[in-house]
Amino acid sequence: MHDIVNVASQLIHLDVMNITYLFLVGFVGGLVSGFIGSGGAFVLTPGMMSLGVPGLVAVASNMCHKFPKALVGSIKRAKYGQVDVKLGIVLGISAEAGVLYGAHIQESIKKAFGDAGSNLYVSLAFVVILAVVGGFVLKDAMKTRKAGTADEEEKVTRLAKWVQSVNIPYTMVYFKSLNARISVLFTIPLGFATGMLAATIAVGGFIGVPAMIYVLGAPSLMASATELVIAFVMGVGGSFKYAMHGLVDIRLAMIILGGSLFGIQLGAMGTTYVKPFMIKMVMGVIMVIVLFSRGLMVPVYLSQLGLIGTLGETTVKVLKTTSFSIMIFALASGAFIVLRAMWIGRREERLAATQVLERGKA
Amino acid sequence: MAIILGILSLGLYVGLLRQQEFVNTYFTKGGMYAFLPIATAFIFSFVHGNFTGNFWTLLGVEASKKKKEVK
Repeated sequence: MHDIVNVASQLIHLDVMNITYLFLVGFVGGLVSGFIGSGGAFVLTPGMMSLGVPGLVAVASNMCHKFPKALVGSIKRAKYGQVDVKLGIVLGISAEAGVLYGAHIQESIKKAFGDAGSNLYVSLAFVVILAVVGGFVLKDAMKTRKAGTADEEEKVTRLAKWVQSVNIPYTMVYFKSLNARISVLFTIPLGFATGMLAATIAVGGFIGVPAMIYVLGAPSLMASATELVIAFVMGVGGSFKYAMHGLVDIRLAMIILGGSLFGIQLGAMGTTYVKPFMIKMVMGVIMVIVLFSRGLMVPVYLSQLGLIGTLGETTVKVLKTTSFSIMIFALASGAFIVLRAMWIGRREERLAATQVLERGKA
Repeated sequence: MAIILGILSLGLYVGLLRQQEFVNTYFTKGGMYAFLPIATAFIFSFVHGNFTGNFWTLLGVEASKKKKEVK
């Protein structure tokens, strides 16, 4: 990171097309983040790189738009009583350590195996984690939908019940989202894993939110809202570290933020209209679609490392384009589900209000 | 309120894009200059965040009145 001497000369020229593109992707990313607590970042980093932004500058600028976005989103959702600030800060601090360790691992892999090795590591992390966690989250959401228990209170998992029952003296902290005291010895590894994932695939929430729901026993709405606090804590530290090396292109970060703040307000409002399982549904759908996107890139990196036969130039190009398109499709699908759920919720509420009014008149 | 915040927010963006040369030079100097982008992010999030909240309210898009608190 220290090798970059003159970052200013590498900053891209911004024209109307670039600005509109970043603003729009920012909006959709913000919409999804406001709803599930994270997301969007996995499209923004490659999206910026496709405009010619160097990889590290794209990662740094992405992070610098993420923390102010998370701040605005968490304040909004705190108004709806969905945020557990204490849990967010406790997890956020250990996540910060995870980010630093994750970045260190990335650098070591890059040194040992070059860019292709580092990309392969990122893609494999994506595929394995999204397959296991994403598959589980989506299955759970589908089960709730099929069973018709969406209106009932969410059940705390057996694992979470056990975590809440363990008493380790001097480490117990009360968290309002769990309505229980749990040992921070459980939160530290979860936060650390969230941070490591954030440093690797830019979306820590894919571990953080399911961990809060299934391991700690937080309701989905509170878990996704609290993830925004974690993202803020992680993002401020990470952005400052990158800015100290002069890697943040504040123009890019603020343009994306411009769109994403419109989106995050809408996404946060959306959570007040939906049943809690919808959070899991949106998250699961995005995770599973992104899994295919990254899976497509694995053969490209394997061939670059010489582990399989060399792929033709056209094949690589087709795989890259398809992979990026699937990623955009994942984000757009998430945004569509959020907007649709919000639309239906608003319509039902208006209908109910009209009926009450008519009955009153009668 | 939304209009005032909107003008302020627009002003910040116009300023940022008009002063690109200055921004590109100083904001990427590293070291203690790191405070420049971080402070900028906080200022934009405050002004633009408040504007976007008011913007949706102005359009009639608001949170559900039914479920104010999640337990």
